[in-house]
Parts: sequence; C-alpha cells; structure tokens
Amino acid sequence: MTTTTKAVGAPLARIEGPEKVSGRARYAAEYPVDGVAHGWIVPSPVPRGRLTAVVADPTGDTMAVLWHGNAPSLAAVDDPELAVLQSDRISYRGQPIALVVADTLEAARRAAQVLHLEIEAEEHETVLRADHPGVYEPETVNPGYPAATVHGDVETALATADVTVDVTYSTPALHNNPMEPHATIARWDGDDLTLYDSNQHPSGVAATVGEIFGVDRVHVITEHVGGGFGSKGTARPNAVLAALAARVTGRPVKVVLPRQAMFSMVGHRTPTLQRVRLAAGRDGTLSGIDHQAYSQTSRLYEFAEQTAVVTRHMYAAPHRRTGHHLLRLDMPTPRWMRAPGEAPGMLALECAIDELAEKLGMDPIELRIRNEPSAEPESGVAFTSRHYVECLRRGAERFGWSGRDPRPARRREGDWWIGTGVAGATYPTMAQPSTARVRALPDGTFEVAIGATDLGTGARTILVQIAADALDVAPERVRIRIGDSTLPRASVAGGSSGSASWGWAVTGACRSLRDTGRDEVTFDSTELVQRQETEGRHAYGAHFAEVRVDAVTGEVRVSRLFGMYAAGRILNARTARGQFLGGMIMGMGMALHEEGVLDPAMGEWVNHDLAGYHVPVHADVESIEAAWLDETDDRINPMGSKGIGEIGIVGSPAAIVNAVWHATGIRIRDLPVRLDKILDGLPAS
Amino acid sequence: MKTFAYRTAVTPADGLEPGAVFLAGGTNLVDLMKLGVATPDVLVDVNKLPLDEIADLPGGGLRIGAGARNSDVAADPRVRRDFPVLSEALLAGASGQLRNVATTGGNLLQRTRCRYFMDASKPCNKHTPGSGCPARDGDHRDLAILGASASCVATHPSDMAVALAALGATVRVDGPAGRRVIPVTGLHRLPGDTPERDTVLEHGELITAVEVPPLPFAHRSTYRKARDRASYAFAVGSVAAALDVHDGVVRDVRLAWGAVAHRPWRAFAAEERLRGRPATRAEFTAAADVELAAAEPLRDNAYKINLLRRMTTAVLERLAEGARR
Amino acid sequence: MRLTVNGTEHVLDLDPRTTLLDALREHLGLTGAKKGCDHGQCGACTVLLDGRRVNSCLLLAIAHQDSHVTTIEGLDGHPVQRGFLEHDGFQCGYCTPGQICSAVGMLDEVDRGWPSAAADDDPLSDAEIRERMSGNLCRCGAYPHMVPAIRQAAGR
Ligand SMILES: Cc1cc2nc3c(=O)[nH]c(=O)nc-3n(C[C@H](O)[C@H](O)[C@H](O)COP(=O)(O)OP(=O)(O)OC[C@H]3O[C@@H](n4cnc5c(N)ncnc54)[C@H](O)[C@@H]3O)c2cc1C
Ligand code: SF4
Ligand code: FES
Ligand code: FES
Repeated sequence: MTTTTKAVGAPLARIEGPEKVSGRARYAAEYPVDGVAHGWIVPSPVPRGRLTAVVADPTGDTMAVLWHGNAPSLAAVDDPELAVLQSDRISYRGQPIALVVADTLEAARRAAQVLHLEIEAEEHETVLRADHPGVYEPETVNPGYPAATVHGDVETALATADVTVDVTYSTPALHNNPMEPHATIARWDGDDLTLYDSNQHPSGVAATVGEIFGVDRVHVITEHVGGGFGSKGTARPNAVLAALAARVTGRPVKVVLPRQAMFSMVGHRTPTLQRVRLAAGRDGTLSGIDHQAYSQTSRLYEFAEQTAVVTRHMYAAPHRRTGHHLLRLDMPTPRWMRAPGEAPGMLALECAIDELAEKLGMDPIELRIRNEPSAEPESGVAFTSRHYVECLRRGAERFGWSGRDPRPARRREGDWWIGTGVAGATYPTMAQPSTARVRALPDGTFEVAIGATDLGTGARTILVQIAADALDVAPERVRIRIGDSTLPRASVAGGSSGSASWGWAVTGACRSLRDTGRDEVTFDSTELVQRQETEGRHAYGAHFAEVRVDAVTGEVRVSRLFGMYAAGRILNARTARGQFLGGMIMGMGMALHEEGVLDPAMGEWVNHDLAGYHVPVHADVESIEAAWLDETDDRINPMGSKGIGEIGIVGSPAAIVNAVWHATGIRIRDLPVRLDKILDGLPAS
Repeated sequence: MKTFAYRTAVTPADGLEPGAVFLAGGTNLVDLMKLGVATPDVLVDVNKLPLDEIADLPGGGLRIGAGARNSDVAADPRVRRDFPVLSEALLAGASGQLRNVATTGGNLLQRTRCRYFMDASKPCNKHTPGSGCPARDGDHRDLAILGASASCVATHPSDMAVALAALGATVRVDGPAGRRVIPVTGLHRLPGDTPERDTVLEHGELITAVEVPPLPFAHRSTYRKARDRASYAFAVGSVAAALDVHDGVVRDVRLAWGAVAHRPWRAFAAEERLRGRPATRAEFTAAADVELAAAEPLRDNAYKINLLRRMTTAVLERLAEGARR
Repeated sequence: MRLTVNGTEHVLDLDPRTTLLDALREHLGLTGAKKGCDHGQCGACTVLLDGRRVNSCLLLAIAHQDSHVTTIEGLDGHPVQRGFLEHDGFQCGYCTPGQICSAVGMLDEVDRGWPSAAADDDPLSDAEIRERMSGNLCRCGAYPHMVPAIRQAAGR
C-alpha cells in the first residue's frame, strides 16, 4: 500500500497546538506529584570566597537546609557546576551554595532570604579586558576547533593593501532567558529516580544525573519545554539539587529557578571584544582578514566560545588569521546561547565589511559577492551547497535595495532618520547520532518513538512528517512520542541539529520497517552519521534591515527586517517561518536591547530580571519577513535539510547596526545600540 | 516574603498600627515583599475603601480617587479632553495588565527601580540606611542628574507623577494628625542624608485623592517618554508639558521631567524663564538649559542632559505649532 | 480562604503570602497560567480578574476572595485560541496562555473605547495590537504570528 502524500514541506499545524492554547500542555514544574516539597536555592552573595558556615533559624518552618557541610557527596562529572553543595569554594556570585526545603514555596523562599551565611570573601575580578595579563589562548574552542589559524601573511597584506579596516567591536553578556525558567521535580522510588525536568536533552540529563547519584535508572520526562535557546542543553544545578533534596528529605522536591537565577547558573553568552582587520584592493577584493576574539570563562572550567571560527569560511582572501583569547574571571561560566560563536562573530565581521564598503565607496552587497569563495577558504574542502550570493541578490530584490543612496544621514522622514543595512548569515549544518523506534500498531497507525524534545521548534510535528513520508503513509497515521529518556536515545536539541539528527534516525527506522515488513524496527544512525565525508556544510542567508532613528531622542526602531535563506529543504514552512523570525527578533534584541549590565564591585549583572534586561516586546517588532530559496542538497542527510533554528540571529544584529549607521552616520561598535550612545552624534536636522 | 497579618481597611485610621503598610494594587509592594526589600508586619488592604471615584471639581478640575486604577484614569473622557498629558503619561507606563491594577495612590508612592534598592543582598542606603550607595560608582545610567545626594542618586520611576507635577496637582491626605493637602511637587523628598524616606508622608497617612486644578490651556498638553524599547519599559527621560501661547509669545507654560531626580521634577526655573518670551525653538532650548544648569551627572548618565534639552525643545515646539493651527 | 475560579468556588487553607498565581498553580492544579518572572515583568501569568486582564503573580490571593478569576482553562474554544492555532501564534507555548488571556482582556478594552499609547485612529491596527499586547513577552519571538491571530479573533 502506497500513498502519494508528501508530508515533508507541507505547512502542517503543530500537533501539540490544541494543548498549548488551552493551557493543558504540562511543563516540568506542573506535574501533580503527591507530597511535593519546595526547594529554594540560596545564591552566593559574593563572587569569590569560602562558605564556612550556614546557620538556619531553628524556629523556621523548613524541612532541610542543605549546604556543603551536610549534603551527601556526589560523584563528579564533566561539568563542575553540577557538583552542587560539595565544596566550600565560591566561584561566582549567584552560585548555589545552599538549598532550603519546606512544605510551601512561601516558607522556602523566606527561609532562604534570611538564612545566615558565614563567608570569607576574597578579592575578585570580573571585567573582561583584552590587555589583562591573565589573557591566554585556549588549545581549542567549541566544539573542538583549533583556537588559532594562520594562512599566508596577514600583516604584509594589511601593510600593502589599498584600503584597510581595523575595528574593534564589543558585545555584552547576553542571557538566554527562555520564558520557562529551569525547573525540576525529583522523586525517588528506592533507587529509581524520576525527574520532570525542563531541558533540551532528556537522554543526556538522565545519563548525567545517573552518574552523579550512581544509579542506573533515571527517568527524565520532558514533554513540553518553554524554550531553552541553549541554556537547557545539559543538566543544570536545579536537577541535581532537586534530586539531592528528595533523597535527603524522602519527599519529592520541586526546584524552580527564580528569574534572577537565570542570569547566573544556567549559562549566558560570553561578552566579547573582537578586533577585525581587513585588507582590500580598490576593486573590493579582500587580500587579508584577521579576526581576534576575546571572551571570558569562569574559574570552574574552560568554556571557549568559537567566536571567530565563522570567519574561517565566510569570505575568500589569500592571507588570513583567526584567534581566540580567554580570560578566567570570578563570574558564572558562559555556555551556549542561540548560535554561540556565529552570532557575535558575524556581528563583528559583517559590520567590519560594511565599514570597508563605506571606505571603498562600494555597495556592501557587491563587496560581499566580490569575495565569494569557491571552496572553504581555509580548509579547501568543497561546500555541499552554498547559495549565499543568491540570498544576497534575491533578498535585495525582495527588500528593495537597489537605488539606495549609499551615503549616510540622507533620509529624513518627519521626526526620523531612516537607513537600511545588510549583513550575511551562516550556520553550520550538523547531525549527531540518534536512535529511533517505529512500531506498526494493529489499528493501522504507526508509533514513532525517540528521546527528542520540542522546545517550540516544531520538532514533534516535523518528525511526524518525516516518518509519514518514509513510511509512505498520511501523517494522520503516525503517532509520535518524544520528551522521555526511556525512549530510544536521541541527541540534544541544539546546534540546529535536532531535525537532521532525529529525522535521520526516524527515516532509517521507518524505511526499514516499510522495506522489511516487520512490526517494529529500532534504528541507530551512529554509523551513517560518522561516515559523513569532510565537506563544507553550512546554511546561508542574508539579512536586510530598515531602521528609523528618532531625530530628537536617538531611539531606534526597526521598521523592516527581512531574511532570505538557503537552508536546504524546508521541512515545514509554517514552523520554519517561526524559527527564522524568532531568531531575527532575538537578533534585534542583541542589536538594540539586550545587555547584562556588570557591576564590577558586586561581581554581578545587576539588571537580572526582565524589567532590567530588555528583550524585544510586541511593539518592537514591526514589519518582519522571512523567505527562502528552494535549495536541494542531497549530500547532507536523507531529508536534505539544514538547521534553521539559529541562523536568524546570525547577521541580523549586524544588518541593524549597519542600518543605524546609514540612518545617522554613527558607527556604534559596542552593543547594544542605545540612545545614549547615539544622542551626541545625531546629525543636525 | 516575610509573614504578615492581613486586614481590610474600613477607615483610613486602620493604617496606624505599628508595622502596618497600605496595600493598594500591590504591583509595587508585593513585588518588593517578594524580594525581601519590603517587610511589613501588617498589610492593610485599602481596596474596599470608597476611593476610586473620578469627580468633577468646580471650574474644570478633577478629583481622582487614590484607588482609581491607572487604566480607568487614562481612559476617562474628561482626563483625555482636558488633561491629555495625564492620560498619555499613564498609557506610556507599565503594561495593560499592570495599569488595570495599579492605583493613583500606589503609582505616586511606588519606589525607585534602582537595581541595588531592589536587591536585598546588596548594600543600599534606601533599603538599609548607612550601608552605602553602590549605584554611585556602579550602575547609574538610569539614575538622577538633578537633586541627588552623596547618599542616594535614585530616581522616582512614575510617569503619571510627572504629568501631575506639571499640572500642579495636589494630594489629599488623611492621617493621625488630620487631613492635609500637599502639592505633588512637594510630596516626594530629595534624598539628602535620609534617602530611606521617599516622601513627606508620616506613618499611617493615607492618600485619599489627587486633585487636578483647572488649567484651561492644559487641553494642549502632552507627555513624551524616551525609553530603551518601544513599550513596557521605564523612562530614561521624559517630559510633561502644557503651553499657552498668545501672538507668538509664551503666556504660560508647565514643564516637568521624569527619570531625572528623586521626585518628579517640575522645571520651575525653565518655566519662569519662558513666560513672556517668544515661543521659539531657541527660547525653549535656552529655558531647558536654565533648568539643566543645576545638573550633576555621574559617569554614565550625562547623556540625560542632552536628552532632556532636546526632548523639551521638541515637545514645546510641537505644542507651539499646535497652538498656531 | 475562598477563591472563585472559572465559575467554581474553592475553599482553601493558604498561607497569606500566597499569590493568586501560586494558588492556581500549586493549590488548584490550574497550571495554565505560567510563571515567567514572578514580578510583573513578563505577562505569562495573565488571567482575567472580574473580566480585566491582570498579572496574577503580583496579586495576593487573600485580597481577591470576592473576585471572579478566569484562567485559560476557563476559555473554551475562544476565537483568540482559534486564531492562535490558525496562525501558529506560538512556539514553545509557555507565554501562550498569558498572551491569549491578555488578548481577550485587551479586545474588551478596545470595545470599551480605551485608548493606548499607539494612538492610532483604528484601535485594532497592527500597531495598536502590538502596543496593547506589549505586556506579554515572547522569547520565542512568535509576535508576528500573534498579531494576525488577534486581528482575526477581533473579526478583522
Ligand atoms: C514590570 C513593571 C513595569 C512598570 N512600568 C512602569 C512605567 O513604565 N511607568 C510607571 O509609571 N510605572 C511603572 N510601573 C509601576 C507601576 O505603575 C506601579 O507599580 C503602580 O503604579 C503602583 O500602584 P499600586 O496601586 O499597585 O501600588 P501598591 O504596590 O499597592 O503600593 C505602592 C506603595 O504605595 C503605598 N500606597 C498605596 N496606596 C496608598 C494610599 N492610598 N495612601 C498611602 N499609601 C499608599 C503602599 O503602601 C506602597 O508602599 C511598572 C511596574 C512593573 C512591575
Ligand atoms: S541610588 Fe539610592 S536606591 Fe540606589 S543604591 Fe544608592 S541609595 Fe540605594
Ligand atoms: S509571572 Fe507574572 S508577569 Fe511574569
Ligand atoms: S511561544 Fe515561547 S515564549 Fe512565546
């Protein structure tokens, strides 16, 4: 029996939509668990020092106050931040140093507020500086690239070029801030541990927590996740603390992070300082590119963001150099945030390119096209597909770029200065090994099971589409089960690799079931994924922005934002649009609003809530569109799909910053662009 | 949040109990209680008191009950017609949800958004007198340029209060010492050495109403707010103004600024300078400069001087243009 | 303590510190209203209190015993919910119940002639909808899909 349906590519509505709009969809903290107690984390009030004693109010209505003086010991794992309550050492302000458990949330929160802590505070350092003597070059940057690369002789290229650009851009600490805070409910039944946990990787969280507690059976349930953007990629302290407290008290325990804690123990995007130098001929041909990135990590471990890696394959140039430099500070460990590396890296590179276009008097799109490489410039490997130039050209048409006066501060409409900007986008196409299982059920439906998660990406729906096509049945006949660590092991929902990784396994399982006629097939994609050849696998795009800058106040609004992408086969046009637009909106936040404001003396980002840390609101998002080319790439995976979850935030900030320059003539090189940085330079009306 | 006793106020005098604090909409108080910054022993809920009326005053003024919700005041046809600056200021503040709950009295008495104040784990002279003012060397981009002291550079965050200050409104208070009337411009103190006290109110004093006196030219009044995103953000600077121009000359003007001081800042000196002068851009800027001459900016908030100068000029120009039409 | 939610009166024994949001989520099993910030800064906890949209995280349950609370669970197939489904007005779904309750309250405000800072002639223009909905953050950035959903629910 075959059908001619083609589910993949169709704009299928989200399967879990009715649950989400009715409030029935359950997130981690929302499971009814009998006898659940509430845990409240006590954050360190100092950035560095030793916790010597914790004195709880003996009259307090708490069940337990856990700290390193009384907490059971845990096995160490790769991530030292998960060794909670194991040592007296305080490595950053906001680090969990105690946990109060009480019958009610109200009692736990109050007891935590008044808990008496004895701390020996030590001198701390919290400011990233390129000239700090402690700056060092890591061996590798995430997820394993060499920290530095050199090809040819950049210095000579710079010294002999017709035109050069030498600029430093800086980006502040950025905070993922998914709307659902990290949360866990932990329950022990003997040595069996159940965790309702908000994360991007139930299989991984189960393995990690199992290792920490030395138990085999950890069941992680992650049916719905209120966003993560990288911050939920691995188990976070809330999961370990809930399990620890449940073990100690013998009660199920719920630990939900308050929003303020979302700025410390769940990671953030590192601040960066980036120096970009470009050498070019009069015709715009680049002869040299140098991109040096400085970022920070914590005392706990080395997290080295791959900020400048993107420059290794974006534009052609014979002489090139990239490098990464790290400084350890008494600050929380940076982790992944949507397009880690590419997002800040492309801000610096794409703004520098715009500055070069200005110097050359050349259209910034033409300049980019002039430097299109035929293969990855550093590695020499071929691209599986690259339609960057098409994105720039077609995007320019759609946006209405032609006829743009290249000179800044020329367009004034009423109270506003108007400008437009462009920037490129790219994101690597990745896949990780996963396993999927499919069963033919007696009622003629098929059950597809994989330990994947849907953070709002549409993964649940897309996997149904993929399975339907691989089985040659209508999507209505496919039932999907995800979000549970007891299902076949899946890779993390990260690196825009979820659909590719899980879809690969699901395709394998379904095709095999169809071809063999068996009732049940489990398929592990490890071998196929590892057999991939070394090729340049990337998605591309171009972002276009039109901004208006208030001629009086310097307030910036984005009137239009447009993204044109070439990202392989689009599996679901409806959810894909959401992914692209969502990334672009976060890019707008990065360009204009978001900043962790560091108080060096406190050693903390002091604006740690959603009133102080601004993310875009409805009113910030005016006309915004995404479109894509029909790109076929059969070399990447069976679906021909590239990741789309992150590319929207790559380059969109640069397009906006470049548009602000075009509107006003002001180059803002330290993000975010805000009125206080613009005001003094505004052109006279 | 510390435990507290909860009582419903039946008369204004119910707030006299030691450790008692009035609860109106709670959008600021409950927030601060959760943070451990406000720790009342007794919450006296004033929502059942009949304080939510908006009534006409003889001659064209309005009495706005302390319990009137921000959204109701903003939508009131009389407010919109006679005092648009007030409606606009309210609509520029917070969000639809918050305005539905926030009251006139609570809005006036909301506390600073200084980040150190809102964090009980940090020093702050306002929440813990004598502990110091980390904002001075730390994060103060949003804080005061006028009237601040060595002990505190906080700003009052209200938008509504700026409009009321410009309109010359008064606050009616009922308390242990009887009733009194305080001008909105005199309600909030400057921080001096005692930043822990925001206002001149004594313990147990209840705001019952705000009175907006008749001001015929206020039908041509407006509020402009600069902020870091398009909506749902506190002001980094704001201007409330009403202008009366006759034959190209400023007959009268009302001007107040927000987000620059510990109180809504009525720009008396600027007003004084403008009266009787030509309604021109240059004069508007000069008037703003007279007021700003007293500014003492910190490392990161000097931009507010330029911001206020430019906004004031633009707002007055716009009003003057409207008068010409 | 009494609470009337979606037409049902509940009698509860709660700590006076309990917010309306925590009463709903932790004591009544109504987890549709979400906690995104607990401080009035995100709108995820939006419910209707006597028909008006409010942030339930900043209300003490004890102070609202005489009110009628409507949560997302009490909106059964409302046009706003249908609009969100048709226009894919969400991604992760965590802000969604708050967005929907907020939109329901907002449309009522428009009906009553309430102004907004957008000050457009058409109170349901896209700019008006955006301004009026700005008290609800969506970190997934599903805003562009919500505006047509709300417009449709308003009968536009
Ligand atoms: C996220 C967020 C954003 C906001 N944005 C803005 C903004 O942009 N602009 C703006 O102006 N405001 C903004 N606000 C603040 C909001 O306007 C205030 O919280 C609100 O106006 C306070 O009113 P309330 O009735 O809720 O006061 P409550 O919280 O009930 O009370 C505040 C204080 O006033 C006292 N009080 C209340 N009523 C009386 C009375 N009648 N007599 C004596 N004392 C009384 C209380 O004891 C308490 O100390 C925002 C708030 C939040 C949470
Ligand atoms: S400015 Fe005032 S409120 Fe802020 S820290 Fe200093 S004393 Fe406290
Ligand atoms: S949880 Fe109430 S506004 Fe965020
Ligand atoms: S849908 Fe995820 S926060 Fe709005």
